[in-house]
Amino acid sequence: MLDASPAPLVKVRDLKMYFPIHTGVLRRHTGDVKAVDGVSFDIMAGETLGLVGESGCGKSTVGRALIRLYEPTAGEVEIAGDNILTLAPEALRKKRPQMQMVFQDPQASLNPRMTLAQIIGEPLIEHSGKTATDRLARIYELMDQVGLNRRFANRYPHEFSGGQRQRIGIARALALNPKFIVCDEPIAALDVSIQAQVVNLLEDLQDRLGLTYLFISHDLSMVRHIADRVAVMYLGRIAELSPRDALYAKPLHPYAEALLSAVPEPDPDREGSRQRIILKGDVPSPANPPKGCAFCTRCPKVMDICRTDRPALTEVEPGRQVACHLFPTTSAPAKSTSGGQYQLQQHGV
Amino acid sequence: MPDGGDAVLDVRGLKTVFRTRGGEVHAVNRVSFHLNRGELLGVVGESGSGKSVTMMSLIGLLPSPPAEVRAGEVWLGGRDILKISARDLREVRGAKVGFVFQDPMTSLNPVFQVGFQIMEPLIRHMGLSKDQARKRAVELLDLVGIPDASSRLDSYPHQFSGGMRQRVMIAIALACDPDVLIADEPTTALDVTIQAQILELVKELRQKLGMAIIWITHDLGVIAGIADRVMVMYGGQVVEHGPVKALFARPQHPYTRALLKTVPSLTGAREARLQVIEGQPPIMMEDPTSCPFAPRCAHAFLRCEEENPLRRAVDDKTLLKGHDVACHWEAVNG
Ligand SMILES: Nc1ncnc2c1ncn2[C@@H]1O[C@H](COP(=O)(O)OP(=O)(O)O)[C@@H](O)[C@H]1O
Ligand SMILES: Nc1ncnc2c1ncn2[C@@H]1O[C@H](COP(=O)(O)OP(=O)(O)O)[C@@H](O)[C@H]1O
Ligand SMILES: [Mg+2]
Ligand SMILES: [Mg+2]
Repeated sequence: MLDASPAPLVKVRDLKMYFPIHTGVLRRHTGDVKAVDGVSFDIMAGETLGLVGESGCGKSTVGRALIRLYEPTAGEVEIAGDNILTLAPEALRKKRPQMQMVFQDPQASLNPRMTLAQIIGEPLIEHSGKTATDRLARIYELMDQVGLNRRFANRYPHEFSGGQRQRIGIARALALNPKFIVCDEPIAALDVSIQAQVVNLLEDLQDRLGLTYLFISHDLSMVRHIADRVAVMYLGRIAELSPRDALYAKPLHPYAEALLSAVPEPDPDREGSRQRIILKGDVPSPANPPKGCAFCTRCPKVMDICRTDRPALTEVEPGRQVACHLFPTTSAPAKSTSGGQYQLQQHGV
Repeated sequence: MPDGGDAVLDVRGLKTVFRTRGGEVHAVNRVSFHLNRGELLGVVGESGSGKSVTMMSLIGLLPSPPAEVRAGEVWLGGRDILKISARDLREVRGAKVGFVFQDPMTSLNPVFQVGFQIMEPLIRHMGLSKDQARKRAVELLDLVGIPDASSRLDSYPHQFSGGMRQRVMIAIALACDPDVLIADEPTTALDVTIQAQILELVKELRQKLGMAIIWITHDLGVIAGIADRVMVMYGGQVVEHGPVKALFARPQHPYTRALLKTVPSLTGAREARLQVIEGQPPIMMEDPTSCPFAPRCAHAFLRCEEENPLRRAVDDKTLLKGHDVACHWEAVNG
């Protein structure tokens, strides 16, 4: 089992996405919002990589840049063998069906003037040579898959609840048999009692269709449930990337540690006895990130070097990558204690 | 009071409807609760369950029409404030009750400096001079942990981060030393590390000032960390209420139980599959004659369709008193 390491479906290397800032009457280019500033990771086929971090840290930008909804500033992205960022327009169009996105706000991402069947069927018109009859059959099949009653095919988005609208968004994303789906906060706008319905659906679909997910969320409990590995972002960079159980048991990066300690748990006894790391101050602006480590202005364990040198994301334990000067910078050989099970994530960068 | 406390606020049988073109929305039904001196009452429920409308009704902040507070009593400072004049009510709002909302930008005026916004109620309701008010404003900003308070008085709301704005809102709400602080999802829009800062601040403030707080949230984790008592709302009604430990250890209502099970855990065993609450929340277009949770309830039986259950005391000898539930089904307690 352990040796059968699946190949990465998605490879991201040193991805950068800078948004230019223009100021003054002449709209001169005076700086950049470094929304994503050198991010690298792999996602194995069939895996769910969780991407967590606080608002504005660059999660959505990573997701969009990855499938080229943005034109990234620099970096490489390989999805199912193709170098996404260098594809010519026609090749990119042909590639689109393989990589899809599910958005946070189902309301805003669905055209209010289209019926459910039109919304789900739209990608089929654009990308498949199916006849109208075949298309309708596929639309019904998709509705079945996501648990939408076929009778609703001719209704409009506003007639549905938030959870149902999210099902419509998922059905649409599935229409062209994608391999990879970026789920950008797919449950953030939903009520607690509806979130589990949608997450279970995403998990079922993954099992049945062999999907690979990038699951973006700020809900750390939900990410623990759904993800195999988790990347923690801070100010455009990855602070830590670890297998889920290892991360939640013992986060290594001081930011990951503070973030997890801040999540309240629905248990009065545990809450009463918990030691919480309260971070001082706010996140710096991505237009003007601190020199050195992005977290150095708030880190409880900050050292001199952190204010001058940017730590690289390095493997500090088998399968665990951390960008922090507290950890030795050279990739240590696999320690005997926690070997094997993290083989999956070992790769040459 | 049932739990022998000293109530600063006592709400009885509150009912609020909205008259809309599509008919009446029964947003809040026979909601009763009290708030003791110095305690923190947590209110949980999904969006649309009536949390905000309850609080806005009791303090006369709902626009009428379309809102109509159709029944109920709200006792504060020896008076039923649903029966007093609009002018008196405004006075009560300014001096006795402080409000903090989810989005500080909707309640902070963007064109005024925050110092002015803190000083204004002090001058108006407390009769302070401008200099006194200024001094007090600095104290308040200091109290809520705004660094370099005296120089921040002249800043505008947009010059603060989300977390800092929420601190400013708390400072304003505390300005007149209210008997009751009502915080409606004050940390929902904030990131968790900033939420942790605010929750820490509230714990500190409670120790220093000992005021009574109503804290509305949909996050059971937040409630578990700060509340003394909890009230769970569903479909415009209180479905369960009790001391925080009793409610989390022995939830009685099928909705509370399902809610606690449906959120994934951060520690301990990881659930292979999430428990689901099937169906959708109610639309509340009719005066409820059945239990609002019945269509989604795993334990519902005929009576639940025929009769909207009243709150009854939970007979629980092992735990604190004051636990009640509105449910016909009797949970079996292990
Ligand atoms: N289209 C854009 N133009 C300029 N700045 C942007 C744009 N999109 C995002 N940003 C900025 O990039 C940073 C990261 O944003 P985003 O990826 O949306 O973060 P997250 O999804 O983690 O909340 C933020 O500072 C945001 O303001
Ligand atoms: N202005 C309004 N007109 C009609 N219905 C309203 C209005 N405001 C609130 N409601 C309804 O009242 C109910 C309770 O809302 P609210 O108290 O805001 O819920 P919560 O704060 O628990 O999310 C909801 O069903 C909502 O749709
Ligand atoms: Mg985002
Ligand atoms: Mg509300």
